[in-house]
Amino acid sequence: MIVATTVMAGLGLLAGLGLGLAARFFAVEVDPRQEKILDVLPGANCGGCGYAGCNDFAAAVARGEAAPDGCPVGGAETAVAVARIMGLVVEEKERRVALVLCQGTREVAPSKFRYNGMASCASAALLAGGDKLCRWGCLGLADCQVACAFQAIEITEGGIARVIPERCTACGKCVAACPKDLIKLVPESAPIHVLCSSRDKGPVARKACQVACIGCKKCEKFVGDESMKVEDWLALVDYDHPPRDPAVAGECPTGAIVELHLDAKKPVH
Amino acid sequence: MKFKGGIHPQYNKGTAALPVEEMPLGARYVVPLAQHLGAPGKPVVAKGDRVGRGQPLSEPGGFVSVAVHAPTSGKVTAVKELPHPLGLEMTAVEIEADGEDAWWEGVQPRGAWREMDPAALRDALRDAGLVGMGGATFPTHVKLSPPKDKPIGTFILNGAECEPYLTSDHRVMLEQPREVMEGVGLFMKVLGVTKAYVGVEANKADALDALKAACPPDLDVAFALLEVKYPQGSEKQLIYALTGRTVPAGGLPMDVGCLVQNVGTAVAAYEAIAKGWPLIQRVTTVTGAAIRQPKNLRLRVGTPLGDVLAFCGGLTEDVAKVVYGGPMMGIAQFSLDVPIIKGTSGVLCLPDAEVVQYLADACIRCGACVDACPMGLLPSTLGVLCERDRWEDLEDFNVADCIECGSCAFCCPAYRPLVQLIKRGKAELRRIQKMRQQGAA
Repeated sequence: MIVATTVMAGLGLLAGLGLGLAARFFAVEVDPRQEKILDVLPGANCGGCGYAGCNDFAAAVARGEAAPDGCPVGGAETAVAVARIMGLVVEEKERRVALVLCQGTREVAPSKFRYNGMASCASAALLAGGDKLCRWGCLGLADCQVACAFQAIEITEGGIARVIPERCTACGKCVAACPKDLIKLVPESAPIHVLCSSRDKGPVARKACQVACIGCKKCEKFVGDESMKVEDWLALVDYDHPPRDPAVAGECPTGAIVELHLDAKKPVH
Repeated sequence: MKFKGGIHPQYNKGTAALPVEEMPLGARYVVPLAQHLGAPGKPVVAKGDRVGRGQPLSEPGGFVSVAVHAPTSGKVTAVKELPHPLGLEMTAVEIEADGEDAWWEGVQPRGAWREMDPAALRDALRDAGLVGMGGATFPTHVKLSPPKDKPIGTFILNGAECEPYLTSDHRVMLEQPREVMEGVGLFMKVLGVTKAYVGVEANKADALDALKAACPPDLDVAFALLEVKYPQGSEKQLIYALTGRTVPAGGLPMDVGCLVQNVGTAVAAYEAIAKGWPLIQRVTTVTGAAIRQPKNLRLRVGTPLGDVLAFCGGLTEDVAKVVYGGPMMGIAQFSLDVPIIKGTSGVLCLPDAEVVQYLADACIRCGACVDACPMGLLPSTLGVLCERDRWEDLEDFNVADCIECGSCAFCCPAYRPLVQLIKRGKAELRRIQKMRQQGAA
């Protein structure tokens, strides 16, 4: 009994000593700022920053590799907090929101055939560019919705994707997931948007979708500056200097230009 | 010998007994510039030009490219983007036929192939716009130009026609056996090979007999009746069945000293030399329960699909799908405005009752697809990797060797769309590999 107790206690002490020494000599030094940064990050582990989760991003910031405002989910608040830990100053950036640049619902944008393959936009797009007559439009098979970690995308009754602005964190996952390149991150205060991505010539675009941009340049003439421009039969908003007069939407003969207030509801995160 | 895997679909070759009919001349033809694998050609005619039958409409856009030719004489009414059987709009030459069908003066017999130089023969085949007519449409002259370190010792004529429904090759072998065998001799001459194999599936023994009887005495040809099994007509499976050689993973038939050509290509090659005809016609099977009069037709390349179907009595009311090619590997069409192209071996019209929509389920790891895969791949694993977006892992499982024959999807008890999954995976992997290359450069 005594022998057993002594042996076990001795073993315990020996192992404890070993562990203690290992903790001292093999310790991995972690930049204390890394943990502090991790504390202020949203912890969504979405990868929107380009790193493998929040901890990886925090380590990269601490090493000085990543910019303190690299977390798209946290937005301005997080950027300021991270910058404070690092002793840096960041310019406050405007919050951005993902926007699907297509409003060609199944009622206004006809199909060219019945697709009965896998329910994935990327797979459908491999077959003749998808089942829509408009080869640019949203296929509505929800690749973006699947990619979104914040449940910020819905597929509307018309069969196209829509971003719910108050849930969007601008992580950019949906932008990468869309095989048609329809989703763009736009500043939330910009009021005017062209919800079309068709670069087909006017008559072709119109035949494929009633709400397509036909490249008529009415908007370009109306704004009279660089804020809107038609390129390849498609009107584009210059999001660095977006048009502010909402009346331009009324000028569009097809309704491709719309006025949206993406900042009306603040984020819920 | 028997290749591993494969399946036994219902063959439905009801048109096998129907002789090839010549389709009368139409009023309008649409000739896409891209009817082959490789770079599309550049147009050499413009709107308003008069063209003769067989006149080149384009010039090759590179080495792996061939010209296309006018199917009949007439006027060029447009050179523009028009519907293509691959589903997209592509540049095509539209011709309004003048009804005279007069040959272009440049179409002249090239001579007797036995007396011609191999290089001259190869150039003549290139100028005739020859491509593999089994469906893959790889330019023939490229196949006939193997690199110096990969000598070809064996020529193989592919008469397997393993796709269900299709009977165009069968009819060609029965009706033009002499042309087929002359074409075999011509290919052997170009390659400088002395030994050839002819492989025909056992359900077409009459075709093999016809070819045997028509074989010129100066050719050393072995005739083989092959097991009836899909995909017997796939190049690599055919090579194994005839010679016992296995094309290595990622390799080509020339890696084992073989070269395979389809029977239709052999006839076209013979005609290109003996008569000087460019590739402007082919035999196509129009079949399926949704066409009123199934036929084997000799069609001009560029004939609009709508005209072809009308000549066959039109589609039935319950038509659900019109497929270019066979049911296993064909491409469904959504417009009847597309033209017949060089690779259109069949037009399959299926009624609603035969187009079944299965609901895919999870993989149950039964391994049926592994047994069926003629390439020795693991379709189940590839499918799961594709579903999880694990594109780079596909490389370790040799996804690039998949021939997309559809045997795996055919036998899957969970109705998994394995070919569609793998096709997507191949596309994603190619994109990643390209990015990697650009990163390295």
